[in-house]
Amino acid sequence: MPTVSMTVNGKTVSRDVEARTLLVQFLREHLNLTGTHVGCDTSQCGACVVHVDGRSVKSCTMLAAQANGASVTTIEGLAQGDKLHPMQEAFREHHALQCGFCTPGMIMSAIDLVKRNPNPSEETIRHELEGNICRCTGYHNIVKAVKAAAANM
Amino acid sequence: MNDMPKGGVRQALRHDSAVKHVTGEAQYIDDMPELPGTLHAWLATSTKAHARILRMDLSAALALPGVAAIVTARDIPGRNDIAPILKGEPVLADGVVEHVGHPFAAVAAETMETARRAASLIEVEYEELPPILSIEQAIAEQAFVSRVLTMQRGDWREGLRQARHRRTGQLEIGGQDHFYLESQVALAIPQEDGDMLVHSSTQHPTEVQHGVATLLGLANNAVTVECRRMGGGFGGKESQATIIAGIAALLARRSSRPVKLRLVRDDDMIVTGKRHDFLIRYEVGFDDEGRIEAIDMELAARCGNVADLSPAVLTRALCHMDNCYFLPAVRARGLPCRTNTVSNTAFRGFGGPQGMLAIEAVIGTIAHALGRPADQVRAANYYGGAGRDVTPYGQRIRDNLIPRITREIAAQADYERRRREIDAFNATSPVIRKGLALFPLKFGISFNLPTLNQAGALVHVYTDGSVHLNHGGTEMGQGLFTKVAQVVAEVFRIDIDHIKVSAASTAKVPNTSATAASSGSDLNGMAAMQAAQTIKNRMISFAAEHFGVLPEQVEFAANRIIVGNRTLAFGELAHLAWANRISLSATGFYRTPEIHFDLERMQGEPFYYFTYGACVAEAAIDTLTGESRILRADILQDCGSSLNPAIDMGQIEGGFVQGMGWLTCEELVWDATGALRTHAPSTYKIPVSRDLPPVFNVRILEDAPNRAATVFRSKGIGEPPLMLAIATWLAIRDAVASVGGHRHAPPLDAPATPERILMAVEALRKGAG
Repeated sequence: MPTVSMTVNGKTVSRDVEARTLLVQFLREHLNLTGTHVGCDTSQCGACVVHVDGRSVKSCTMLAAQANGASVTTIEGLAQGDKLHPMQEAFREHHALQCGFCTPGMIMSAIDLVKRNPNPSEETIRHELEGNICRCTGYHNIVKAVKAAAANM
Repeated sequence: MNDMPKGGVRQALRHDSAVKHVTGEAQYIDDMPELPGTLHAWLATSTKAHARILRMDLSAALALPGVAAIVTARDIPGRNDIAPILKGEPVLADGVVEHVGHPFAAVAAETMETARRAASLIEVEYEELPPILSIEQAIAEQAFVSRVLTMQRGDWREGLRQARHRRTGQLEIGGQDHFYLESQVALAIPQEDGDMLVHSSTQHPTEVQHGVATLLGLANNAVTVECRRMGGGFGGKESQATIIAGIAALLARRSSRPVKLRLVRDDDMIVTGKRHDFLIRYEVGFDDEGRIEAIDMELAARCGNVADLSPAVLTRALCHMDNCYFLPAVRARGLPCRTNTVSNTAFRGFGGPQGMLAIEAVIGTIAHALGRPADQVRAANYYGGAGRDVTPYGQRIRDNLIPRITREIAAQADYERRRREIDAFNATSPVIRKGLALFPLKFGISFNLPTLNQAGALVHVYTDGSVHLNHGGTEMGQGLFTKVAQVVAEVFRIDIDHIKVSAASTAKVPNTSATAASSGSDLNGMAAMQAAQTIKNRMISFAAEHFGVLPEQVEFAANRIIVGNRTLAFGELAHLAWANRISLSATGFYRTPEIHFDLERMQGEPFYYFTYGACVAEAAIDTLTGESRILRADILQDCGSSLNPAIDMGQIEGGFVQGMGWLTCEELVWDATGALRTHAPSTYKIPVSRDLPPVFNVRILEDAPNRAATVFRSKGIGEPPLMLAIATWLAIRDAVASVGGHRHAPPLDAPATPERILMAVEALRKGAG
């Protein structure tokens, strides 16, 4: 089994895994980072989005081996102690969640979008987040939260 | 001192798990740390719509290294029956498979991959039997899963005969996949004495308990089912969760090891039931004003291979085919069609949406027949006035908010002016056409079956003043745990931070009903309020006696209790009560009063109250491609006195967008062999952020406490907003109708996909040409 090493949420990790192990399996099953969820198993719903070297990636569409040597950030790596990331705080503040299953992936996608568009319009946010499915909220509060967070990032 | 505790009722509190959700700490069942030896399961399912299994060979599957157990119908120690209403609905097909995707065996192995491979190695020899694949075919063969339901009032035959105008019509209404983001999952853990603990993503822990006990041949007290949260439910985890939990428990029993069964998305969509698609046929008689004099409607539902919850879904469809309109003479027949497709089930609205869409199609037919605006036809038919306030099933409407809501929404949405603008726009726009619609709704709250309208709760106060709350309701994201905690905080006048809500568990509150029918907070909120009030009364009696004051001199203020001229912290009094041997634990129980319903005659007063709402939607269609957009939606929704306006707003917005999906883009397609071809989001289009109307104004109706004595005069909100999206379908239909100058009813079914819109446009062009 190949050894895969990467930095996850600032810590260097190394595991021997089957070559076909997906990044999401590596995170959930080998590192017990279960905040990254699997929603559709087929790289469409966005529940599994994490950052790989600062870019948002659907972690069920990438092999762990492809992330070898990379720096990975998951939802667990955003807050500084008790202090939430501005995007997390905005999702909490603006009721941008219900069942919460899509929330981690949605937040990771939203952070990436604000990095690329520091002052996004509502239209840009709606366009950018179309790769993340939410079945509960109707997106209205998610768009509001992202807009509010962009002002604080 | 501030006299408002943080977190009583009416406050826009955040979801109780909000921080856990944004940090990824919230645990779903698939996130729970696995016990050593946990096995992973996979289902072996039918590739045929209807076939006899002549031979099943498990040897290759069993020989695969890592396979621990395989179960088939023959390996069930108890009874192979998980029917929620009727009887005889096996969890694993026994001898005959009845739809593509019908599970006939399940494998547990060291890894999911091994289980999956083993399932594919099970050899099956089928003898194909003729399948029933459509509603029409089921009607032709009189194939039903339960008896045909008939609701009647007045002499509808004579009414139709004497009516000045008569029209017939037909409408196809598509189904819908729940697509909860967390697919179905259960983790079964064998206990001592052969007992079973099941963590189930379920809206109905009690039904899972009963199902598992039946399958394993155990008494109910040997099975405990727990659910802390679901990643969405929407009705899909009411009866369907029992399939998943039941199979996990069978494998756990057989292997004596913990077994987790999580369906991957494709299997989830193929193996579990959905919203019923309906075929509606009607004949309506009406006068020159468009006032309905008599109607005969047939509502045929695709139920799939077994009854599941279909009889109840059809009952609710019949009880909502009036929507806001008085129908003096009516016959409505509900046909529970048996088909060789997956058994359909509960889905937010539970037949109500299909019933309402049907009558809205009728209103459209009348409007086009008379050349009158649909709004005028609606207004002519609204409930209200002497002799026009009783539903076809015999319930008097005592809380009619239709006039107020329709008036307020028309003003909020600037309806009249926009109507003129859109008509002017269409007059000069050959390709893009716009449509506008105002849709009012009335939705009955309570389970139709009176028995189900009960709930229990368990409240403990500890000696430090912290509170443990448990109730029969389940949390699927809708905010129920938050709302019920608010109720308890209100009773004790303490900050909500002092209250911890624990996972729904059949061991804590027994014999519960499903968290469904928009009744979660009505029922469980009342039960929790009663439990808390019991403890509070004991604390008051104790404090009065202990300090020598009258009970009236004991006052619960914010986080403290004033006893005569003394003040104690809530925890201080709790500790003192304990020291003096006062019980600080209580159960609560609630049953909805006044309701009754005769299922045989389809008559009674099944609903404790009605909730009302209205939506104005504006749509644009491209008459060359059939594409559509919802440009604007204005919503006004009745929540009674909202327990939590932030949570209720979330339900309204989310329900509306989900309803928009049902009526515009979510289309289930079965092929000629009965296989579902749309079993992933690649082929089944869920609304995404871009589908949200760019202008979306949502308001809760103000100053409208429930007339019925519900928990703090609030109203249920889970389902009604989904139906507000009927306005989007009507707006698209209005845009299509403009192609024919609003002279002909557009032949538009639901969902209004681009193909359907285009076909309707073409049909009107041909008809008008």
